[in-house]
This record gives sequence, C-alpha cells and structure tokens, in this order.
Amino acid sequence: MSQLTRRRALGATATVVTGLVLTGFARTAGASSEPRTADPKHNAGHEGHTGYAGHEGPQPFSETYRGRRIEGAPSHGDGHHGGYAVQIDGEELHVMQNADSTWVSVINHYETFATPRAVARAAVIELQGSELVPLT
Amino acid sequence: MTVRKNQASLTAAEKRSFVDALLELKRTGQYDTFVTTHNAFIMSDTDSGDRVGHRSPSFLPWHRRFLIQFEQALQAIDPAVALPYWDWTADRTASASLWAPGFLGGTGRSRDGQVTEGPFAVGGGRWPVTVTVDGRGFLRRALGSGVPQLPTRAEVDSVLAMPTYDNAPWNSASDGFRNHLEGWRGVNLHNRVHVWVGGQMATGASPNDPVFWLHHAFIDRLWAQWQARHPRSAYLPAGATRNVVSLNDVMRPWNDVTPAEMLDHTKFYTFDTLA
Repeated sequence: MSQLTRRRALGATATVVTGLVLTGFARTAGASSEPRTADPKHNAGHEGHTGYAGHEGPQPFSETYRGRRIEGAPSHGDGHHGGYAVQIDGEELHVMQNADSTWVSVINHYETFATPRAVARAAVIELQGSELVPLT
Repeated sequence: MTVRKNQASLTAAEKRSFVDALLELKRTGQYDTFVTTHNAFIMSDTDSGDRVGHRSPSFLPWHRRFLIQFEQALQAIDPAVALPYWDWTADRTASASLWAPGFLGGTGRSRDGQVTEGPFAVGGGRWPVTVTVDGRGFLRRALGSGVPQLPTRAEVDSVLAMPTYDNAPWNSASDGFRNHLEGWRGVNLHNRVHVWVGGQMATGASPNDPVFWLHHAFIDRLWAQWQARHPRSAYLPAGATRNVVSLNDVMRPWNDVTPAEMLDHTKFYTFDTLA
C-alpha cells in the first residue's frame, strides 16, 4: 500500500472514532516497582479489552500531539506489530505488542507503554521534531 | 587470553586503545554492521513468534556470541584490546569516570540531546550516526532522564538468587532469572539501564552508543555469576520448543553456534574478577 493510500485509510478510520474517549498517556517507564500494564479499562476503546496478537486490538486514534500528527489503526500486516500500525506525520513507527498487552516502539524499545497512542506520544517527545526515516 | 576488566579500573592507556579501536572499526564501516544486525533482531523478535536475540531464553547466549564477534573485530585492529564492563550498581551517576571526555564523553546537551564532548561527539568528525530511524546523525544521551536510578546491588542480588534460568512461555512474560535480568518483569535490570542512558541507547539501534558493549559485558558477567551461584541450574528449554532456541538449536544469524556452546565463557575470555 502506498504511503498516500495508507494515510488516507488511516484518516478515514480515525474519523469514525472521533469523539471516543481514548486513553491518557500512561507511561510505565523504567518501571521498577510500578505496574507494567495499565488497568484494562484505560486501554483505548469501549470494548474494555485489547486482545494480544491483534484479534481485538486497540481502537484507532488520530491527533496532533506537540505539533506532530500521530495516527494508529488496526492493520492486517504480518502480525509482528500486534496487528496495529502507528504513524508519525505519515511515516510508520515500528511498534510491537508485548505478551502482557503493553507496547514498545523502535524509538523506545526498552520501556513499555499501556497503549499504541502512549508509545506514539513518547516517540514524539524523543524525536524532538526530527523526522522518522526508514532504517537503512 | 582475553581478560575483561571493570571499566573503572582501566588505565588511561587502556582506555585510549579501546577508544582508538572503536573509532577505527567505525571508520571501516564494520561497526555499523553490528548496529544493523542488532536492530534487525530487536524488530523481529516477538513474544508470539520466532525470537532469538531478545525476550527469549537465548537473550544471554545470543548477546554473548554477539559481543565475542565484536571483541574479535576490535582485536583484529588491536590484539591487546578487550571489552571492559560497566558495573552500573557501583558507577551509577553521570559524574562517573566512564563519562569523562577522555573515555565515552558525558550526557547530551538539553536542546537536542547531542553529546558534545569526548571521542564520540559529532564535532570530532569520527562518529557519524548513520544507522538510525530518524534524521539525527549525532550521538545522543540523556543520562538519568528517562528513569532516575540505575539498579542497585541489592536489586541485582535479588535476581541472581533466582534458581531457575527461564520458564514457559519463554518470552517477556516469563518468570525466572533470564527475564528478570533482561528486565521485562520485576525490578528491571538490563532494560532499565538502556532507558537511563537515553538517546540511541533507548532505541533498537542502541549499539550506536559504545556504552552498549560495556553494559552488555556486565550483563554477560552477571550470567556467569549466576552460573557460579547455581551450579545445578541449566539453560532452559533443553528440548525442542516452538519459536524458541533450545539448548542445542543453532542461533541466527550465525547458524553455526548453539546456546550449549556459549555456556562456558572461559573458552573465550575471563574476567578480572568474578567475585
């Protein structure tokens, strides 16, 4: 799927969920004694759970965060992303779901986040305005 | 025989030799192939699929083999060089000599995280960061920013006390020594140190920061200490297990080495002290 088509598709699904109350920025950084998984009710969407390996993944999101467009939506890729794709300004952020349903990204790979939106926001902070580029 | 020493006890000449070998490996392009390999495994190792380098029992033998290969590449440049280890339970602040301008250089500046001192600062022209997922071509750090405290000796001891190497489901949800050392569960040792350093060390391309090798040399030493403490505990799983490297399976990307062949580090190197 081309970048443009994928962006359009993400935009379309994101429109559908406008108005849903999505999760806050639940950061479980470095996480020694803190719980590593957010309470399930904090996971995005009103279905009350996220399914591991992408069967009932988190809901789509689309927002501007610190001046960057962050979007996420279920995908039908190879399943390595937990069946979910995240983009920052239209470029894919490689994300992965852990067995306990938390998330990491290639930008923050050693700390876990409760939702794809939280991992996208953490990447925006880490990028400090720089662009995501495909790994060479 | 290669002797891996505590970085804090290196002489100025030993530090200089190590840094010079790193810079030469970078210049030839070989260094970046290690970064690429690590990132490829980080992105493909998944809890529900095939997993070799991370979040799996072979985390420890995989990184042992990876470090041996890296150390051999350094020794092809300077045979006297060995990988030092960073005991972050002891040298636990940004003012440790590890981060002095004469060794690895310090934390990044606040504006953009850029490391501006030492041999790996972009201004020196000898440490371009090219294997990365963003456009920034300079080494970055934010020591103590992502998480305030490095693990303590007591936290390390609590993990070394765990008698079982690893457990089903053999991933980031497992109980046992390997996953607690890796940090997906419990007090969090290895993962937390990556987060504490920040910058590229917090990403899949973490070997861009030379401290990667010193961190993993210490993790590797903790494995050896655990073996000494639990002589009757073995690598697990011993038998064929889906998606996981068992004791006698070969590990990618080498395909000619098994965890069983990595259990005894003294075939390859010793430590200044294992106490």
